[in-house]
Amino acid sequence: MSEELIRFENVTKRFGENTVLDDLCFSVRAGQHVTLIGPSGSGKTTILRLLMTLEKPDAGTIRVNGGKLHPADEKHRREVRKKIGMVFQHFNLFPHMSVLRNITEAPIRVLGKSREEAEARGRELLEMVGLADKYEARPAQLSGGQQQRVAIARALAMEPKVLLLDEVTSALDPELVAGVLDLLREIARTTDITMICVTHEMNFARDISDEVLMFDGGRVIESGSPEKIFSDPEHERTREFLGAVL
Amino acid sequence: MNWDWAAVVDFLPRFWDGLLVTLQVLVLGSVLSFTLGLVWALGFRAPSRFVRWPVHAVTEFVRTTPLLVQLFFLFFVLPEWGVQFSAMTTGTLAIGLHYSTYTAQVYRAGIDAVPAGQWEAATALSLPRHRTWLTVILPQALRRIAPALGNYVIAMLKDTPLLAGISVLELLQQSRLESAATFQYIEPLTVVGVAFVLIAYPASLLVRSLERRLV
Ligand SMILES: Nc1ncnc2c1ncn2[C@@H]1O[C@H](COP(=O)(O)OP(=O)(O)O)[C@@H](O)[C@H]1O
Ligand SMILES: [Mg+2]
Repeated sequence: MSEELIRFENVTKRFGENTVLDDLCFSVRAGQHVTLIGPSGSGKTTILRLLMTLEKPDAGTIRVNGGKLHPADEKHRREVRKKIGMVFQHFNLFPHMSVLRNITEAPIRVLGKSREEAEARGRELLEMVGLADKYEARPAQLSGGQQQRVAIARALAMEPKVLLLDEVTSALDPELVAGVLDLLREIARTTDITMICVTHEMNFARDISDEVLMFDGGRVIESGSPEKIFSDPEHERTREFLGAVL
Repeated sequence: MNWDWAAVVDFLPRFWDGLLVTLQVLVLGSVLSFTLGLVWALGFRAPSRFVRWPVHAVTEFVRTTPLLVQLFFLFFVLPEWGVQFSAMTTGTLAIGLHYSTYTAQVYRAGIDAVPAGQWEAATALSLPRHRTWLTVILPQALRRIAPALGNYVIAMLKDTPLLAGISVLELLQQSRLESAATFQYIEPLTVVGVAFVLIAYPASLLVRSLERRLV
């Protein structure tokens, strides 16, 4: 069994009076594919945002690779951040840059790659996501599905150890969902990137996950293999939730 | 009332001198207001309130007092403090400073209009703060606000005659000197007025087409 990579220890996160995460504990091992499921508003996005350092916890500790992400000094946070990539529900591509530049900007500025090297890798990634001919296009000229595939390529260009995926297909037209999910299956199969995935696509979750965590009321109420969670959930809330989405 | 073309011709040498000064003030004043305005706008977003608060106070103060008062103040009071500038320099500084408080608001609106997701994507890619500003936020903000900045340049052009108040030899001041020498008022003033129309109107068309292309 691989080593532990990410650990939430008694993490509490509040927005005003609203306690979104309540003394949350869970961990993820290197190379694992973990899917977070749970009703809307249960804090799944917040967990990914905490890991991406877009939010700070009110209490508790988040460890990545053993080091504390919070509290930590900004320098350490920057180091950890480099190892984590995130794909957002609404893509968040840079609209004023070409597709290729979206992908190469951070490798050049952050990893210190040369332009040639970054562009060569960028084109490889575009090839992989099936958009080799779109490198010059602006994001607005692409369909939602294509934009999301560019966003995935952009995240991969930073050679992350961890990839956070937040409902990456829920803003897409139904006919574009399958293409993106197939791409993610491919990435899950062919790389050793640790994936933490929030999704309502239960078939996809069943295919790629090593572990499924069911959230409710700011805590993990049930976890286990996809076979276990989807076929034989123990918790009443999990049964209700799966009944509603399946 | 009779129109004397000879008076127009007589005025032309002064007119060209004045036009050059007006355009100089406009260009330098614009550059100053664009630069300083951006500095204020970044100040509005500074992490420390010890930066934010003074920036707010200064810009609100400058924005809500009349340009002419500021001109007189800089022209008559600075020398008493031992700061000697030419009238032209003082005028350019005053107009640039005054308009920077307007452009600051324009920048702020443009920066605020960039979606939070852009900042978040930049963070997720580990782009450093200054890179995020330079390559992600400002290009998107500037594109949106270019027409609004253009409108302030036109407004500034129309405020340049205030500099006649401190004897800067811009267009209006040149026409006043001409009139004082020749007792002809209609021709120099008309020429100056027409010159403003001929610059401002095409400029406003340019801004409008910019608006159409960028929106
Ligand atoms: N920036 C924020 N400010 C205030 N409340 C927020 C903010 N972000 C999330 N929330 C609240 O936190 C709760 C959990 O949100 P989220 O993590 O997005 O849930 P999920 O992704 O599971 O649907 C929701 O009630 C949401 O309204
Ligand atoms: Mg969510």
